[in-house]
Amino acid sequence: MSGADERKITLKVFRANTARSKNTYFELCDVPVQRWTTVLDGLLYAKCFIDPSIGIRYSCRMASCGSCGMKINGIPRLACYTKMSELGGSEVICEPLPNFPIIRDLVTDFSQFFEHHKRVQPYILNQDNHQTDAVSSDHRQSPEEVDRFLQFSYCIKCGLCYSACPTVATDLKFPGPQTLGQLYRYYADSRDGGGKDRLNMVDDRHGIWRCHFAGSCSKVCPKGVDPALGIQLLKSYMLGISKNRGK
Amino acid sequence: MGVLEQKNNRNNREGFLGWLDPTRYGWERFSYWAQRLTGVFLLVYFVGHVYETSSLTSGKDAWNAMLELTQTVWGHLFLIMVIGTSTFHSVNGIRIIFTELGKGLGKPGRPDYPYYPSSLNRRQRSGIWIALILAAIAMLYGSNVLFSGE
Amino acid sequence: MSRNLILRESQIMKVHYITGVAALFVVAVHILMRLVVPYGSSLEYDHVIFNYHNIFYAVLLEVILVLVSIHGFNGLRVILLELRQSTRWENSVTATIIAMIGLVIYGTRTIIIANGLGT
Repeated sequence: MSGADERKITLKVFRANTARSKNTYFELCDVPVQRWTTVLDGLLYAKCFIDPSIGIRYSCRMASCGSCGMKINGIPRLACYTKMSELGGSEVICEPLPNFPIIRDLVTDFSQFFEHHKRVQPYILNQDNHQTDAVSSDHRQSPEEVDRFLQFSYCIKCGLCYSACPTVATDLKFPGPQTLGQLYRYYADSRDGGGKDRLNMVDDRHGIWRCHFAGSCSKVCPKGVDPALGIQLLKSYMLGISKNRGK
Repeated sequence: MGVLEQKNNRNNREGFLGWLDPTRYGWERFSYWAQRLTGVFLLVYFVGHVYETSSLTSGKDAWNAMLELTQTVWGHLFLIMVIGTSTFHSVNGIRIIFTELGKGLGKPGRPDYPYYPSSLNRRQRSGIWIALILAAIAMLYGSNVLFSGE
Repeated sequence: MSRNLILRESQIMKVHYITGVAALFVVAVHILMRLVVPYGSSLEYDHVIFNYHNIFYAVLLEVILVLVSIHGFNGLRVILLELRQSTRWENSVTATIIAMIGLVIYGTRTIIIANGLGT
């Protein structure tokens, strides 16, 4: 075993197909693994050589699109971004992302997730937007102003934070860390005119105040968005601790 | 009903079971779990405490009967739990107030690989450890008073 | 959405934080009162009644009762709201407010009687 570059790992893949049966089961697939093999590589090998019927979503294979989110050994991760070697052990359990309805096998339904996102108007709200042909001037921003929201704009909507959040686990009306993080992204953007209305959007029983800084969202985020930071900063504005920076 | 349908009925949400395991996501998730648990425990204790002290209104005998019930070894151990949980809940609560006001979390910036989140830093996290240590100290002091102060 | 009727959620959370911090101070005083004399004797009926007859202590206890009740029952309300989201469940969560008021009334009764204000 020592010195050998290739070994085998057992993938336990969650299988479910409502069209066929109500039962779910785990399919065991032995896949060859090298130092650089990712979980996605393993799943595609399984799909190619062992069972082509495995349902899986993926696209860019480089942690840029956010499609391949799944629960790997109990934690929501991107399959393309998780190396088998970092997981340890001889068995890797792949399950669909929790808190999302399952469509089939490892594929989940993101419509509720996107609905929450759309509800907070995730775009720049600015009077000048109406004058698309006769814009008075560029929306200029200093590097400091950009830094206030830039990291939150890195969100790839992979849904890992939504899966990790304990409030999302039980509260169907809670928008989730991704939505709240994006709300902060737009609130903190100096080009945005949403102001207090943006804050009022989530100032209700199942809004931002059901976040308790469990930090699980930031822990699993693959892009360093740190939604927990955005949400706590947004709360400080709502409590009047931080004042509006003025436009 | 199959597992899948059950899961879909609630959108495959982890549900209450998702609250129970605090070990998956680091110290802040543990703080969330512990704050809730201690909070509920203290609320139950508080209701019981208001009820037990109401025996004052029924005179000396009723009060002493209540003391017989509570000034026992088990009563003392329970009180030590209350001391520990209330210390933890208070100190961690102060830390939570700071973090929810955006203090101690670092500033937004330009993250780079390996993308460690600035909010999950040692500065605010140490509040949790301090809360645990102070709770332990308070429990030690409390047990000293309760078990040898007679 | 799920708007509150009387107070906004951010105002309720402000109250939650303020009552939490304030309760910490007054409860600390309450505990210290049990330690100025040897713990065992501090629980004797006569000593306790003596404490209750002191108007400052009676007011302190009342303040603790109100602050901790608000903080605790609001916490419970938050937990219950997160667990289920049907309209019927959310409406019955207002039962926590009633429970809170009930506890405050019951505790105040103890304080008033023990203090002797009623006599």
